[in-house]
Amino acid sequence: MARVKVPRKSTHIDMTAMCDVAFLLLTFFILTAKPRPQDPVPVDIPPSSYEVPIADENVLLLTVGQGKVFFTVDGADIRQQTLIQMGQKYNITFTPEEQKKFIVTNIFGVPISQLKAFLALDVEQRKNFKQPGIPHDTTANNELSDWIREARKVGASLHNKALFIAVKGDNKEEYPVIKDLITVFQKQKLNKFSLITTLRAAPKK
Amino acid sequence: MAELDTSSGGGKKGGKVRSKKASTRIDLTAMVDLAFLLITFFILTTTLAKPKAMDVTMPDKEEKQTDQLPVPASRTMTILLGANNKLEWFVGEPGKSAPTPDTYGKNGIRAALIEQGKKIQAASGKYMIVIIKPSDKSVYKNMVDALDEMKITAVQSFAIGDITPPEVELLKRDGLY
Repeated sequence: MARVKVPRKSTHIDMTAMCDVAFLLLTFFILTAKPRPQDPVPVDIPPSSYEVPIADENVLLLTVGQGKVFFTVDGADIRQQTLIQMGQKYNITFTPEEQKKFIVTNIFGVPISQLKAFLALDVEQRKNFKQPGIPHDTTANNELSDWIREARKVGASLHNKALFIAVKGDNKEEYPVIKDLITVFQKQKLNKFSLITTLRAAPKK
Repeated sequence: MAELDTSSGGGKKGGKVRSKKASTRIDLTAMVDLAFLLITFFILTTTLAKPKAMDVTMPDKEEKQTDQLPVPASRTMTILLGANNKLEWFVGEPGKSAPTPDTYGKNGIRAALIEQGKKIQAASGKYMIVIIKPSDKSVYKNMVDALDEMKITAVQSFAIGDITPPEVELLKRDGLY
């Protein structure tokens, strides 16, 4: 019996389609990637079984860690206007240069008297700068409540929408700080807010 | 990877000298490798899990007490959050009913909530009201956990309240403060 000669085939595979798919996915991931804003203090978020994701915009986020409170608000226009109004309230004039720097400052936690000095720092210096947190005592008019009030006013006037108030707290944060925050909220008749949590597997029943 | 050139132009006898047709195929293996490496990098570095939000609604503080319905103590379960991830709860008024020290989680407060909820439902025909009172020694996680239990056990009516000195005394007595 004669041996059937199997014609030798090329081992080369056409990679074009694979390459297309790979680059398509790559483009997708690059475009959807969002750099995670760095927290000035390590914040370990507690888990819960709530599944409602946080709103995408118009969020006023208060980060709480190591007894300090840090302030973030979405939107460049809201930030700028909030800074101007806070300046007027505390008789501090911020130059356009400082306003610009404030717009790109994601999160901050310094008393307003130190804000000018903080804005003057560059990125590297800020990393090493120990931010003391925004003052929040239980008096009726503390800086934190002023920041929140001004931001809410600005948010309502510029976007015609109420800001979502969210609190991102550390697991080990002691309750008195949270209580102060809730007191501040309640003084402004702000009775609805969100606590940011991570997802925990739903309990078996 | 060498490619076998199957489209050889030579071999015809007496033909003109043709330039050998070069294959138009490019080896894409390296490119694909690189692309997948980058994909892997971006998949691993993006945060797919968006943070979740737990909505909390506090009662209005300024509201006058007169337009609120009195809450019967027999339907109220108070949870006191103490130190060291411990809590205790009691039904009724502080001092009159003995508090039960308990823990967080499935076999702790969750079981108690379900049991008491059924009991109160059976006794009064109405739902149970839960008041969460975090003490100054409790941590943020405790509060979130307690609120989470409300959702898990489907408690209809709950609130966060300020702890009172007699309740702090209860916690102190049980070594949770």
